[in-house]
Amino acid sequence: MIGELNSKVPSGPIEDRWTNHKFDLRLVAPNNRRKFQVIIVGTGLAGASAAATLGEQGYNVKVFTYHDTPRRAHSIAAQGGINAAKNYKSDGDSVFRLFYDTIKGGDFRSRESNVYRLAEESVNIIDQAVAQGVPFAREYGGLLDNRSFGGAQVSRTFYARGQTGQQLLLGAYQQMMRQVRQGTVKLYTRTEMLDLVVKDGVACGIVVRDLVTGQVTSHSAHAVLLCTGGYGNVFYLSTNAKYSNATAIWRAHRRGALFANPCFTQIHPTCIPASDEFQSKLTLMSESLRNDGRIWVPVDPDDTRPPDQIPESERDYFLERKYPSFGNLVPRDVASRNAKAVVDQGRGVGPLKNGVYLDFSSAIERIGVEKIRERYGNLFDMYERITDENPYEVPMRIYPAVHYTMGGLWVDYNLMSNVPGLFVLGEANFSDHGANRLGASALMQGLADGYFIISYTLADYLAGLLGTDPVPTDDPVFADAERSVGDTVARLLSIKGTRSVDHFHRELGKIMWDHCGMARNKAGLEKALSEIPALREEFWKDVRVLGGAALNQSLEKATRVADFFELGELMVRDALHREESCGGHFREEHQTEDGEALRDDENFAYVAAWEWTGKGNEPVLHREPLKFEYVTPTQRSYK
Amino acid sequence: MQTMERQRVAPVHPRPRRPAPWPVEFYRSTVGMKWVMAVSGIFLMGYVFLHMLGNLKLYMGADDINHYGEFLRDLLVPIFPRTVTLWLLRIGLILAFFFHVHSAYRLTRINRRARAEGGYISKRDYQAATIASRSMRMTGVVILLFVLWHLADLTWGTANPDFVRGDVYRNVVASFERPVVSLIYIVANIALGLHLFHGAWSMFQSLGLNNPRWNSVRRGFAAGFAGIVMVGNLSFPIAVLTGVISADDNPDCRVVDGVIETCELYAGEGEG
Amino acid sequence: MSGASNETIDVVLHVWRQPPGGEGRMVTYTEEAKGISPDMSFLEMLDVVNERLIAKGEEPIAFEHDCREGICGSCGMMINGQPHGPQKGTATCQLHMREFRDGDEIYVEPWRARAFPVLRDLIVDRSAFDRIIEAGGYITAPTGSAPDANLIPVPKEAADAAMDAAACIACGACVAACPNNAAHLFTAAKLQHLNLLPQGQAERYQRTVAMVEAMEEYFGSCTMHGECQEACPKEISVDFIAYMNRDFVKAQLKNRKLAGQT
Repeated sequence: MIGELNSKVPSGPIEDRWTNHKFDLRLVAPNNRRKFQVIIVGTGLAGASAAATLGEQGYNVKVFTYHDTPRRAHSIAAQGGINAAKNYKSDGDSVFRLFYDTIKGGDFRSRESNVYRLAEESVNIIDQAVAQGVPFAREYGGLLDNRSFGGAQVSRTFYARGQTGQQLLLGAYQQMMRQVRQGTVKLYTRTEMLDLVVKDGVACGIVVRDLVTGQVTSHSAHAVLLCTGGYGNVFYLSTNAKYSNATAIWRAHRRGALFANPCFTQIHPTCIPASDEFQSKLTLMSESLRNDGRIWVPVDPDDTRPPDQIPESERDYFLERKYPSFGNLVPRDVASRNAKAVVDQGRGVGPLKNGVYLDFSSAIERIGVEKIRERYGNLFDMYERITDENPYEVPMRIYPAVHYTMGGLWVDYNLMSNVPGLFVLGEANFSDHGANRLGASALMQGLADGYFIISYTLADYLAGLLGTDPVPTDDPVFADAERSVGDTVARLLSIKGTRSVDHFHRELGKIMWDHCGMARNKAGLEKALSEIPALREEFWKDVRVLGGAALNQSLEKATRVADFFELGELMVRDALHREESCGGHFREEHQTEDGEALRDDENFAYVAAWEWTGKGNEPVLHREPLKFEYVTPTQRSYK
Repeated sequence: MQTMERQRVAPVHPRPRRPAPWPVEFYRSTVGMKWVMAVSGIFLMGYVFLHMLGNLKLYMGADDINHYGEFLRDLLVPIFPRTVTLWLLRIGLILAFFFHVHSAYRLTRINRRARAEGGYISKRDYQAATIASRSMRMTGVVILLFVLWHLADLTWGTANPDFVRGDVYRNVVASFERPVVSLIYIVANIALGLHLFHGAWSMFQSLGLNNPRWNSVRRGFAAGFAGIVMVGNLSFPIAVLTGVISADDNPDCRVVDGVIETCELYAGEGEG
Repeated sequence: MSGASNETIDVVLHVWRQPPGGEGRMVTYTEEAKGISPDMSFLEMLDVVNERLIAKGEEPIAFEHDCREGICGSCGMMINGQPHGPQKGTATCQLHMREFRDGDEIYVEPWRARAFPVLRDLIVDRSAFDRIIEAGGYITAPTGSAPDANLIPVPKEAADAAMDAAACIACGACVAACPNNAAHLFTAAKLQHLNLLPQGQAERYQRTVAMVEAMEEYFGSCTMHGECQEACPKEISVDFIAYMNRDFVKAQLKNRKLAGQT
């Protein structure tokens, strides 16, 4: 049974906490490090940076990825940039301001101490990345360039064209490959973690499946680090990569790790709407487009005229109308919800009436095509490549899409879950973004966790294990876990039903999007809570997975979708229980008169950490209260 | 459950375990071989260019061309004895030729090995590769065979029944008057042109000579160089066949019964 | 300027099918590839074909894909004789069916190179690329040892050129396109990304030699056809190959002990 959640947050002035804590943590001497075996699952920013750092320090590291090479992890797709409180622009940025912005942006649902540490480490990340050769944008004098991003009032975002995530990931990947060459890191590609092994309440290893051969094997270690990213693909359509999944963290959850704030999902307003039912994923367009584009829909839902023939008087610039001062630049969640509202009214545009116009014609009139091309040329090209429409002439069509999940496995200040020996880094944990993540902060968190936090906190944990060997893989706990994985795989292959895995995934996605998406209400969530288990039953009876265990992509998908069902249900449950609106979680019952999110700090200023209690049983809620000593919670307004 | 052993991709060209002295090590690498190929190529390019330039003297008559042949034998006399410089150049030429061919042969073998068995089933739709670049090996072999024959024809004379040592003009005209021989020359020189066109362009890459300032003129240089050499070389057999060059109207030549007896002025004085 | 059109096209698909550990062959799909929306991406078309195959009880076509935004480098197949298909500077996932006409025959094959063995259908093993990076594709910068990021100015031109090279997504199209199956463009892109930056100078020549040697263990040599540059979804220039060659030759001639690396 899980007792009181101990976040292990150090006390004292916030700016000294991490420094003091680092001193208080125990160390592992260099000559002892090779005696420890560490498992890292996932090779995105968090995983690769952790592997590089721990390998370099002398630990024995095994690293697992289901990709063919570590460099494909979805961190690679991040476009915008990475925040750091360098204040190179001398425009008033500071560690405290980044901390403040992140707490506020997260709508006061994150831990102050964690966020402060994140802001503190942000500056080191930039130094580290530059030393590795990440080609950040430069000024003509050769110094680093910054831009303002996501409505921030300071220019603190470092970027490498529109490929910042790619470049940072390659930096971390290359450092990790250096360790692979030196033999401190052992790399397992096309190998998927399918279970966490826990003995006497302590994480001692994982069970993996070789995706090429189908072989199920065990690996034991002193500690297991999950760096497996977010679970946005529960919604089927999202901006996440197709392989992104929740299996690693979900299996850990089923082995006892608490899942925190699962319903906190971020919806990005400017994505390209689906073109047909076969749409496989959604593509994000940079948020910066809203600086010059005006968002509108026709007043008349039955208006089928092409946009340029709709006179001004019959257009509804709904954001400008509702939010005169912020207009089209309202925050992500507000823009998203309003777009959903007009589409729900049947006023959506495009052949499927599933988008809103993002119109550049007045900007082009004002500053000219050339200026617009200079600012957004590559985005316009990408849009045209996908839709075959020229946004210089026809307004873009956009619609919100899921792209990040703030929730994840619960971790304490040391990034360790409630299961000793199990650490969770990056998007996979819940720790730093509260109910809403600021733009350009995801990369920052993954790298801070991997480069600058885990090596200290892991050493503290391992120091206590000096002289012990990892649980051998012939221990019955491993055999049990292997058997259970093998059974699941065998069962999926033997159902031989009539419908494909994608069919079920799409259906689940529809339920999640309709009832647990941008706006949620009690009735809808309850409906979802009855529909998901029914669909899950159906899945286990009727899914069709052809072929055998060796390199079978349907089978891979099936194991992941099976977990999405259970996770989806937990998300709905969490959304239902949180009777307030905050950040990405909008409960229609809880809004201001103007339709804005209405927080309930009195009753819900806590982290909701759910405990798995077995299949079919209701999960148990644990609460970690959130205290705000440095930033006073306020209500947002964009009128 | 069906399982099989996961195989790690093995090196296609495993490196020899023991490192060799650096020139050998350098020549082992394909980048090094390409460098050697480019350097020898430049030498050979210089040669074919001068060879073509010298042969243009055919148009000036037997006296000039034969005098030119003699000049080559007298190069750098009296620093070196007669023909020594020519031989040194020939040795250099032979070495360049050897390394050019040898590296080509080894690279071809390496490339063959790097390819998957069977290759693509469907037809490749090449975007940048040219006839010249794709036929380098073929044109190379054609040139190699031609060079051997060319030596036999006009240097050793073994393939030329009417060969008279040292009588360049006479030998050339006598040889080209046979249409088959002219055809061989024409085909071989088209091959040489193609070979030069790709070689003169790609050698900059192999040598790492790359500068945006003059990258744009590299193609032009290659086309111009290959074109000049090819046009010049092709003109000789054509000129002989069409009668532009003939022994009949050349006062230096003595023709007996339609066969050139001799055009020599210096015959017998030289050798080689 | 069609936007989403209602017209669909029928294509004939010839796809390489190869079971794990088995022999492969081309299989033709006619019925399965009918009624394709021109707005679908190429991979979505394959998704549709796969759904239909599953419905018929046949195993779906295995192909690698992940981000579907042209950045992860997972996808890649030979489409009608061109790596990533007919659209220039576009990865397979960003290729759309409007590039094809009704009735078109489309031939789809995996990358073919000895160093890229086919694992199944259109999936190949590209781990040789990791071996090249492992050999030296990094700047040794232990965590925590970095000086302030603005300590060393990097000329903007150099930073931009390094970024051009660093844009490589390791999809393998360059190797697939090359008649010699050379990996020069991939290797040169990584080398020049690092060799162009001041931070990369300390290891410049040893990096160059190590990576070229690793590359040559698996791949062919460069004949300068220029096919790699045409196939590259990130349009990386073959000029980088020239710089790699130069650095490699320089590395041979340099007294690195006394002259330093630069």
